[in-house]
Amino acid sequence: MKKYTQWEASLFELIRRTSVDLPADVEQALRRAHKTEKKDSRARWVLETVLENVQKARDNDAPLCQDTGSLIFYFQVPVGFDTNFLAAVTRMAVARATRFGYLRQNTIDSLTGESCETNVAHGAPIFYFEQCARTTVDVRLLMKGGGCENVGRQYSLPCVDLNAGRDLDGVRRCVLDAIISAQGNGCAPGILGVCIGGDRATGYECSKTQFLRKLDDRSSVKVLGRLEERILKDAKQLDIGPMGFGGNTTLLGVKIGSLSRLPASFFVTVSYMCWAFRRRGALLSVRGGFKKWL
Amino acid sequence: MAIASLRKLEYPFTPEQVGSLRTGQFVWVSGLVYTARDRMHKYLFDGGKSPVDLKNSAIYHCGPVVVRKEGNWVVRAAGPTTSLREEPYLPRIIKEHGVRVIIGKGSMGRETEKACVEGGCVYLHAVGGAAQVLAGKVVAVKDVYFGSEFGLAEAMWALEIKDFPAIVAIDSRGRSLMKKIQSTSRMIGRKLMETDRFEV
Repeated sequence: MKKYTQWEASLFELIRRTSVDLPADVEQALRRAHKTEKKDSRARWVLETVLENVQKARDNDAPLCQDTGSLIFYFQVPVGFDTNFLAAVTRMAVARATRFGYLRQNTIDSLTGESCETNVAHGAPIFYFEQCARTTVDVRLLMKGGGCENVGRQYSLPCVDLNAGRDLDGVRRCVLDAIISAQGNGCAPGILGVCIGGDRATGYECSKTQFLRKLDDRSSVKVLGRLEERILKDAKQLDIGPMGFGGNTTLLGVKIGSLSRLPASFFVTVSYMCWAFRRRGALLSVRGGFKKWL
Repeated sequence: MAIASLRKLEYPFTPEQVGSLRTGQFVWVSGLVYTARDRMHKYLFDGGKSPVDLKNSAIYHCGPVVVRKEGNWVVRAAGPTTSLREEPYLPRIIKEHGVRVIIGKGSMGRETEKACVEGGCVYLHAVGGAAQVLAGKVVAVKDVYFGSEFGLAEAMWALEIKDFPAIVAIDSRGRSLMKKIQSTSRMIGRKLMETDRFEV
């Protein structure tokens, strides 16, 4: 029983902190952006409110945003580790975090429209498990709200409307189109996760794992790193700005990954993360003890 | 932040008060507002009876995090939700119930613009994601309706707010702040697509 409690406590703490504490790299990017917007502008006002909100959430120990989102857990575990057990204790921690108000009752039965009291239901939370040669458990949590999830897009190249061919410039055109279509509706300034290739399902999956990367990193694949920078530069000129009120800061980051594809398919998948980019990781012992934040 | 154009909007929301607001202005709203989101909009649109009189009222597109503490409701987070999802329902609700103020986030469609003109209503945009700043503007939870039927996020909460910050996104003349930004960004985007091809 002791072992069990320790797991639940560690995972509960991960959820709590993810919900109330914006990662330092994101806050820094918001601070930098704030300085670039004109005095008395709507853009600056939005970023000022956002920064105040980030501080208040920490001080109040309460959710940054009331949409506490889809909970996406990424686990790396030692080979042979019991992942069913891990899923079970994580569900317990989710139910507890909901009871304590760190998560909103945010899970709806798609057929009946009924709201679930615990956020533990069919397909919620979301789990990815990977067995690796390691002796500890690495867990990462993304909380992704519905407003930004709704503005995600998937394209199939070639795309005649955008004059986008089956090459990286075609990819760039799709991503620009996604930014323009989203406007401020995904709670700009946002962060884009992009996947080039894959199938329709793995494309979205890979686009979201890009959100596990730090804002200031750059793809280790040289050409993707260049494409990330180019799109970020292009986006600056669109004048969509925070909340779509106009301004320089339309995006805080662009992260691109790729998967192989079938000869006949060429998908470009874009996931949008709102400024309330809730991402945390923790290193746990195989007994569930908390070791450190990642 | 000191803003020269700051306007105050106070309950009860009169046609004169609301009619004088202009797109792009900063507003502080005070008084009674009712939260409503997807379930509530569909319910009212389908002819469901409103538990409160919505004439001259403010509807806030928000699904708050609310917890029970020592017998009282406490709002723990209360930012706006995307208003565009209510576009099919909202114009009828504004018209039939005489709603005077809508608070939400994101762009709205032509039908809401029309309803704002016809009904003398405004659409105010709050900062999306600013759940803590905005929860701090809630001074009292007056009541809750449909809590057990719709769930706590979808319920209609009667909240008293004080100096709640927002921007006029559609005024009662139907002028839209975001529409202009949308068309400009589309134009710039088209140009960017056609310049300086990205090569491997």
